[in-house]
Amino acid sequence: MLSRTADHLFWMSRYIERAESLARILDVTWQMSLVPQSLAAANQNWKAIIALNSLDEEFAARYSAVNAENVLRFMVSDTSNQASILSCLRLTRENAHAVRGTITSEMWETMNATWLEARERSFEQIANVGVGEFFDWVKMRSSLSRGTTLGTLLQDEAYHFIRLGTLLERADNTARILDVKYHVLRPYGDEGATDFYQWGALLRSVSAFEVYRKAYRDVITPERVAELLILRSDMPRSLHFCLNGVVKNLELIANRQSGETQRQAGLLHAQLHYARIDDILNHGLHEWLTDFMDRIYTLGDGVSKDFLVPMAAAA
Amino acid sequence: MNFYNEMVDVNGGVRAHYQGYDKWLRETPPERIARKRAEADLAFHRVGITFAVYGEEAGKERLIPFDIIPRIIPASEWKAMQAGLRQRVTALNMFLHDVYHDQEILKAGKVPAEQVLNNAQYRPVMQGVDVPGGIYAHIAGVDIVRAGAGEFYVLEDNLRVPSGVSYMLEDRKMMMRLFPELFAGHKVAPVQHYPDLLLEKLRAVAPKGVGDPTVVVLTPGAYNSAYFEHTFLAQQMGVELVEGRDLFVKDAVVYMRTTQGPQRVDVIYRRIDDDFLDPLVFRADSALGVPGILKAYQAGNVTLANAIGTGVADDKSIYPYVPDMIRFYLGEEPTLNNVPTWMCRRPDDLAHVLDHLAELVVKEVHGAGGYGMLVGPAASKAEIERFRQLLIAKPDGYIAQPTLALSNCPTFVAEGIAPRHLDLRPFVLSSGECVNLVPGGLTRVALTRGSLVVNSSQGGGTKDTWVLED
Repeated sequence: MLSRTADHLFWMSRYIERAESLARILDVTWQMSLVPQSLAAANQNWKAIIALNSLDEEFAARYSAVNAENVLRFMVSDTSNQASILSCLRLTRENAHAVRGTITSEMWETMNATWLEARERSFEQIANVGVGEFFDWVKMRSSLSRGTTLGTLLQDEAYHFIRLGTLLERADNTARILDVKYHVLRPYGDEGATDFYQWGALLRSVSAFEVYRKAYRDVITPERVAELLILRSDMPRSLHFCLNGVVKNLELIANRQSGETQRQAGLLHAQLHYARIDDILNHGLHEWLTDFMDRIYTLGDGVSKDFLVPMAAAA
Repeated sequence: MNFYNEMVDVNGGVRAHYQGYDKWLRETPPERIARKRAEADLAFHRVGITFAVYGEEAGKERLIPFDIIPRIIPASEWKAMQAGLRQRVTALNMFLHDVYHDQEILKAGKVPAEQVLNNAQYRPVMQGVDVPGGIYAHIAGVDIVRAGAGEFYVLEDNLRVPSGVSYMLEDRKMMMRLFPELFAGHKVAPVQHYPDLLLEKLRAVAPKGVGDPTVVVLTPGAYNSAYFEHTFLAQQMGVELVEGRDLFVKDAVVYMRTTQGPQRVDVIYRRIDDDFLDPLVFRADSALGVPGILKAYQAGNVTLANAIGTGVADDKSIYPYVPDMIRFYLGEEPTLNNVPTWMCRRPDDLAHVLDHLAELVVKEVHGAGGYGMLVGPAASKAEIERFRQLLIAKPDGYIAQPTLALSNCPTFVAEGIAPRHLDLRPFVLSSGECVNLVPGGLTRVALTRGSLVVNSSQGGGTKDTWVLED
């Protein structure tokens, strides 16, 4: 497969996954804001979204105040923000356009139609109908993209690069959500009812609320939430699950120069596979997650160098 | 002017090959047709069958309007046209081989040598280069129109990078999806095997000794007006769609950069003009090409389809000589008509043209896509004056032809169904052994009332083209 084609496939899948993750985190923040709380606390949650995406400076340059409306506008439909949902959907479509001969027509039509529909909606229209409905739509379109990929694409190299992009992006996003929310929620851990709703919303943001109930049949505790999202290997948005897939797909696309990237992925996978949540929490969750996100970044970089950046005349 | 109507004869009777369709049209409720037309628009948008228009906002894409009334060609007419096309393209390929080798036709004085050798489209780098099978124009898109009395004329031979075949295929797919019942009632010759035929031809012209050639489609990229077609053909043939930056040349061999390292490329169906192919030889500012590709080509290590330098045979200044080429190489009389052409570089011709500008069509010798042409009868006085100055300043840059009474065909427009002018572009595929066509081609229709310019860049639309089997 052409390196450039693989590059477009990798980023196509990352951007649609990113749009979905954004919709999830915005949705959960929106829902959390409906639980009675002080305005300061609510705005603190919105601020966390900006911090989560390392967009503090860009946001401050365009908006005067951190509040629900500004953050939603900035993250949903501000096209000057390259990380907004609308921008992610546009980039998904642009990458798909560049490889529309490699993906199936159903995949292309799904991602093209998603963009065509999304660009028709102004922020006012979205807000009028209700942002929740929009987030559901984004999640549904992402599911549809994933579904047509799974249901129509030959499981060759193209498929492996798409899965690799999806899983690296998802691992990064789950780690980010957990990192930010854990530390926002943890200090107020003794507030009882609010706590339950807040943790519940966090779980819902990664579609893990029912999973949690099924897995633990017990009250929600921060430790178990962390365990579920980090170590549980059969939970589709957990770090362990993502790394399972990263290792597997890397093996399938391996070439002569990808040994080091595979070794690093294998090491990270083994650490998740054999870790205990107590050790991670004792070590310091924030430190652990920061290190994890650094290593995910390094893996993405390795994939890029090994496969995607055109291998020149090194014949 | 008298126009030939493809569907209705001069007495108002429906022509035999249109009777089935006419009956269906009269019996189908207008609401159903309106619904189907809307469905077609939606489907074309969702599939993204669009093209970019040069000069408009960058990256903006437009749909080519699709009309649901097909252009129908009876079997007998197609047979004659097909034979004429085979003859013409065969002679054109022989001309190209001759020009780049012994130049017998120039020595015989059949085509003025200076017209060929001083032509900007003549590529001296191709002199003496042997190409597989002696084929230069593997893919030709020949534009044919029907004039007042029902006779066909070749308007131009597109031998460089003719486009439009994807619309031919998508139009058919759309018609079959919208109106399957029409196909049950008509014996419409299929066209969907075009990509297979193309791949077969491309494989057949691989460099000598290559058993299982790697074929690729080379595109200028996503912002090219025909990008949809490039992706479509690559996908349908199951080959890689590459851009210049995906390829590199080492020791006169072309490789593509893949996730598993460099992979050798044998045949390139290139959709990039000569000028942009190799920045080391042609335009140095080209970011679309592949440095060193000409060297690999001259060494016979890669085949380019079409070959470099085919423009010298489809140039409008060479066009008037095609009938003589057919006689010279094949010893046959041409069966397809050429449009009588005045060559403005000849003082007598120029004088005639300047006197009759209001009646003639004036075309730039190197122009294409309907840009830079004057349709005398439809032009304003100011436009005619502008062309007069252009002609006087640079007579050898132009040719002129009588304004043909292009045939028309009923077409859905805002006011209902009305006749609109059309042309036909059949695609002719050549390899060493034989010349093949799929029945039909792309029918383009001028949607503006009275307009004779069918190019999509000028607001033209398309129709499905049916060749009826006997």
